[in-house]
Amino acid sequence: MSTATLAAASLNLEPANESGMDQLLEIAMGPQHPSTHGVFRMNVVLDGERVVRLKPVFGYLHRNHEKIAENETYLGSMPYTDRLDYMCPLTNNWAYALAVEKLAGIQVPERAEYLRVITGELTRLQNHTCLIGFLMQDMGASGTPLMYAFRQREIILDLFEALTGARMMCNYMRFGGCRVDLPAGWLDQAKKVVAGFPRFLDEYESLLVSNEILMDRTQDVGVLSKELAISAGISGPMARASGVDYDIRKVDHYSIYDRFAFRVPLGSHGDVYDRFMIRLLEMRESVNILQQAMRDIPEGPIVDPKTKIRGFRPKPGEAYGRIEGPKGELGFYLVSDGSPNPYRYRVRPPSLINLTILEDLCLGRNVADIVVILGSIDIVMGEVDR
Amino acid sequence: MTHLALMTQHLDQIFVLTSHWLLSYLPIALQPLCSAILSVAAIIIAFATLFALTTLLERKGLGRMQNRYGPNRVGPCGLFQPLADGVKSLTKEDIVPIRADRAVHFMAPVLLVAASFMGYAVLPIGRNMVMVDMNAGVLFFFAIGSLMELAVFMAGWSSRSKYSLLGAMRAIAQMISYEVPLVLASVVVLMQAGSLSTVAIVNMQATYSGIWPHWFVFTPWGFAGFALFMIAATAESNRSPFDLPEGESEIIAGYYTEYSGFKFALFFLGEYIGMFATSGMAITLFLGGWSAPFSFLTWIPSYFWFFAKLLTIISVFIWIRGTLPRLRMDQLMNLAWQFMLPMTLLNLLTTGIWHFMLPGFLRWIVCSTMVIVPCILLGSGLKYKKKFQIRTYHFSQ
Repeated sequence: MSTATLAAASLNLEPANESGMDQLLEIAMGPQHPSTHGVFRMNVVLDGERVVRLKPVFGYLHRNHEKIAENETYLGSMPYTDRLDYMCPLTNNWAYALAVEKLAGIQVPERAEYLRVITGELTRLQNHTCLIGFLMQDMGASGTPLMYAFRQREIILDLFEALTGARMMCNYMRFGGCRVDLPAGWLDQAKKVVAGFPRFLDEYESLLVSNEILMDRTQDVGVLSKELAISAGISGPMARASGVDYDIRKVDHYSIYDRFAFRVPLGSHGDVYDRFMIRLLEMRESVNILQQAMRDIPEGPIVDPKTKIRGFRPKPGEAYGRIEGPKGELGFYLVSDGSPNPYRYRVRPPSLINLTILEDLCLGRNVADIVVILGSIDIVMGEVDR
Repeated sequence: MTHLALMTQHLDQIFVLTSHWLLSYLPIALQPLCSAILSVAAIIIAFATLFALTTLLERKGLGRMQNRYGPNRVGPCGLFQPLADGVKSLTKEDIVPIRADRAVHFMAPVLLVAASFMGYAVLPIGRNMVMVDMNAGVLFFFAIGSLMELAVFMAGWSSRSKYSLLGAMRAIAQMISYEVPLVLASVVVLMQAGSLSTVAIVNMQATYSGIWPHWFVFTPWGFAGFALFMIAATAESNRSPFDLPEGESEIIAGYYTEYSGFKFALFFLGEYIGMFATSGMAITLFLGGWSAPFSFLTWIPSYFWFFAKLLTIISVFIWIRGTLPRLRMDQLMNLAWQFMLPMTLLNLLTTGIWHFMLPGFLRWIVCSTMVIVPCILLGSGLKYKKKFQIRTYHFSQ
């Protein structure tokens, strides 16, 4: 049996005819590959350079996060949530805190809500800039857009460092509020960063948006239909690029998002270009939210002193807390049996759910397109494998 | 005054005179052989040094474009970085895949470097500074250039790696496709110069009217030819945005995925030397070779101008690499066959018309129109076919 036949057999591919099978070539893209965004593997069957079949293989970064959390107190797994989507730890913290607060019925003071919105939207800004940088890197733009993105991300990470003490593993939220209040001068610095952000976006857009090679590479590539997006449970910017009007900030009215005026951009084609553009537009909306939040932030406590943060025992029951993370719907499902540990702890990672349709998007496209499509989905393996 | 002129003339010919002086100590029978060895050594040393400098320039330049420093640890301002790179690649383990065809695997980088150096035999680097003044120099250059494709395919095939094979397939398709517009774009110069000899082509351009030189690039057909030649040369030397054969984010490193240590460095060297050679040919054909850009600057040695032009072209290559994303295979092929080929053929016609029209204002207008209008029409037609658009987005409430 030839290698190609073996490859096809291992993927349960129906052989059309014997001669046809010899034309196929199986390639394992990953787990060590420059553009699989971590240890992700795609078993690709190629006919020339055309994708006939694609099988994603996850699990190289599995660290048993959910089971560990079940043997840990509620507060104990807060730092672990940083490591899920290590690009945006603060939104992970937030979603988890939200789930526990629902479960235990904890109230959050006003100032803490504002702090959560500010840090959450800053996280969204840095995630989206980086994503676009990575996408361009996958497209072969040799570093320039990525470095521009990193320059901007660095400024935001400096803010995180000043506030939480860590640049990436922030561990900032607590049940019923936040861990520390703003240091002196932080808000002014943040206002400056946010005020400078639209200029960076203008620069980025002038570099990228009307670039003909970029349009050629992304328009009508990896088209995700609205129907498939809904039935596959796609969320976040990816669903909105396909025209699904679904933003949990608008749907759930969680936290204090009702108080801010912002719009939700929607795409109509659902291709890579739309996904890229939606993220650019979302960043402008995030800047809006940030400006309003930083203008309105009240004085007050960041956590109610009477709230028990550690060692509490929620009543038996279940809760699902979800937020609009930068990558999509990030949810935590918790079941309590009255003990200090959760009985069941489950993460709904947007990266994993969004990744499930990879094969549908890639079939019939080129090897070069797979990389771009994967880049536009925005995955972080820490979250996919957990 | 004559003293000064003599001095500049001697400075211009310093390498030629030194070579003659050295050879004069040898018996007559040995002189041709030693002359050839001397020239080969000079070319290898000069261009290998240029390669080292270019890697540094590229990394520094890209670094500056990307808002970072680039190499700055080894020596003052990172100047010794190429040396460190050389030492590193020499001391690295040389890994050959177990099922690889060892002989071919070994020969591929050697052949690539040898082939890329052979093109320099016909490149006039300065006045009287050409190894062989062959009467079919341009033809020889392109014939040698296609040897590089063989080396690339040997590397891809002998590695027994799927990524190498994919890279080699891409490289062969790309290099063969772009050789057609590359050669056709240079044919216009041959038509006008009436010679295949590189020396004759440069000599024809090294004359001046007033202070302006007669470079072929300063004519409508020459400019179009130069632009087309440079696009094809970018693709031919696998530079961004046409770096598909080694598209890092897609197929690791393409045909040299399975090379390590010094063989990898040889591939790197071969690619850059090939790039210099094609750029040198572009300079020879369109940019007046070693001739000065203004008549009052002819006192500066000719080889200085050649290298100045070469470095300018290299800088443009680096600039493009720092700016553009990569094309896809089908888009690359469409560009070659749907745009480059018709444009080069049309340029041939334009050159013919230029040749038979009387010198004057009219032939400038006619030939410029013949080049510019089809370029715009063809470009926008192809763009329309692809239905590109800058989209507008709506917002939900």
